[in-house]
Amino acid sequence: MATTGERILEVRDLVKHFPLTQGIVMKRQIGAIKAVDGVSFDLDRGETLGIVGESGCGKSTLAKVLMALERPTSGSVMINGRDIAKAKGGELKRMRRNIQMVMQDPYTSLNPRMTVGDIVGEPYDIHTEVAPKGDRLRKVQELLEVVGLNPDHINRYPHQFSGGQRQRIGIARGLALQPEIIVCDEPVSALDVSIQAQVINLLERLQNEFNLAYIFIAHDLSVVRHISDRVAVMYLGKVVELGKDIEIYDKPAHPYTQALLSAVPVPDPEGREQRERIILQGDPPSPANPPSGCRFRTRCWKAQEICATEEPLLQIRTGTQHESACHFAETHDVVHVG
Amino acid sequence: MSDTPQVEPVPQETRTLTKDQVVATPPPVKRPKEARPASLWGDAWHDLRRRPMFIVSLVLIAILLVMSFWPSLFSSIDPFSARTCELATARQGPSPGHLFGRDNQGCDVYARTIYGARNSIVIGVTTTLITAIVGGLLGLMAGTRGGVVDTVTSRITEIFFAIPSILGALLITATFRDQDLGIWIVVIALSILAWPMTFRIMRAAVITARSQDFVIAARALGASQSRIMFRHLLPNALAPVIVIATINLGGFIAAEAALSFLGVGVQSPDISWGLMIADARNRFLEAPLPLVFPAVFLSITVLAFIMMGDAVRDALDPKLR
Repeated sequence: MATTGERILEVRDLVKHFPLTQGIVMKRQIGAIKAVDGVSFDLDRGETLGIVGESGCGKSTLAKVLMALERPTSGSVMINGRDIAKAKGGELKRMRRNIQMVMQDPYTSLNPRMTVGDIVGEPYDIHTEVAPKGDRLRKVQELLEVVGLNPDHINRYPHQFSGGQRQRIGIARGLALQPEIIVCDEPVSALDVSIQAQVINLLERLQNEFNLAYIFIAHDLSVVRHISDRVAVMYLGKVVELGKDIEIYDKPAHPYTQALLSAVPVPDPEGREQRERIILQGDPPSPANPPSGCRFRTRCWKAQEICATEEPLLQIRTGTQHESACHFAETHDVVHVG
Repeated sequence: MSDTPQVEPVPQETRTLTKDQVVATPPPVKRPKEARPASLWGDAWHDLRRRPMFIVSLVLIAILLVMSFWPSLFSSIDPFSARTCELATARQGPSPGHLFGRDNQGCDVYARTIYGARNSIVIGVTTTLITAIVGGLLGLMAGTRGGVVDTVTSRITEIFFAIPSILGALLITATFRDQDLGIWIVVIALSILAWPMTFRIMRAAVITARSQDFVIAARALGASQSRIMFRHLLPNALAPVIVIATINLGGFIAAEAALSFLGVGVQSPDISWGLMIADARNRFLEAPLPLVFPAVFLSITVLAFIMMGDAVRDALDPKLR
């Protein structure tokens, strides 16, 4: 997973608000769900950025905006220097060749009425310039082989495969256009644990083979740790902590990250005794009406007056080596194990 | 279903194939039938040819179609000729040469049933096709596009839904009576009144399909609107439309009968099954056969189309193969 340091994705101040409207004919906006609210990060070629956070924190919306499936309210998504968020028509279609997606649910992400060959070959039907017509069958079979499926199975339908195999089909489809970036939106959370490992290993092997960059969205911290070079922790539409995987896991600085890590199941009974449990009170606030200042302050045990008045910026803070968005950031090893 | 049990392949972590090497691998020599790229419709046709239900319905429909276009092949008696009806023999039971007996006017029931097939089948089939295509395409469009397109088309269908069907058909047929459109006026009237149902079913099915991940995946690939509509949404929304269309077919033939009974639609001396049933039911207790035979033909027609619809629907669902 060596990164070459070549930047291929730059996300700046990305905001996605979904308007809340009232009335049927005379719609008027009475507010907005602030699903993604000012997210910035970079991604290098061949690198994996893990994005973690609890349900409803805006991870999947972020993925949709990156894929240009949703238009951002503001901000930019620069892929190789061009903004996909503003691209249209033919340019957008060309840019899509560079960023593809592996979806969460292998049972609904494949059209049940298309053969595997059609599903994996569809990218070539859409982007006809990528592969000449006579070449497609061979390319599809190659792709199936690359993801560890039998290339003779092109005429089968998705229901004839297991969940893990279906996810491999989804990965093959994502690879077809030879993108540089693949957005994985919880690619293993619908699979059995044993199959999860296979799919993760496949993703890692493909990364080495094709020098892919991954945006790896998940709520399973151990999976993210396994595959990621860097990790961003999201809470209510904002990145609260961003750093190398070792920094995030061993020296978390933000109280929310510490709380998340303390909830990771520890397989070792000894370690289980040692680690501390931080149990957060209450539910995450509504993204339509987030708290002032620091969004985490309503559930934070460190919260003081400044947290309500001043929003902590994502920056490197004293005593830490990576960016965090907390006025009282201090590293604290929660897990206490290797 | 697949013939082999599905086993998760062992991840080939140890394999060090680069892409070029994969290209260089010679294709396996034996690829029994899988070498031919399959498609949904091709596979469906392949499957249909093996379904007895489909074969039976196809044969029945073929016979009925031949009957409607060349009725003289089936009957030596021409029911339109005045000489073939004898009032004196009205409601006579089956006899040699008149296997189905005679009706209230002393006409041969068998010949009339054969010659009545054309109007009934043409009305049933064309109305079904028109409603399925018009309602289906509009429903597909409304369901895919959503927003204003959906709102406008949905409100328009609600206007049509509000028209009481028999009254509406009476109005339409009465209005265009002077145009001399023959049975087509019945087709037009029934189509105008029936397409909203197909529209709604298609729209609902499309909306269900639209929110599925594979549609999002297609959009992420840059698929055009029409590709999403016809490759992804239509095949996944077609099943309920096929079912309702084939069930409606019988309804249309029956509705034609109702219109004939009310004095619009097919009129004597023209023949249709609906008209025959309407004529015969006054004397049903005395002479049931003039009603029973056209009714049996009507049922067989409806059954054949429903069977065919069922077979096609099943063949288009890979899970049911």
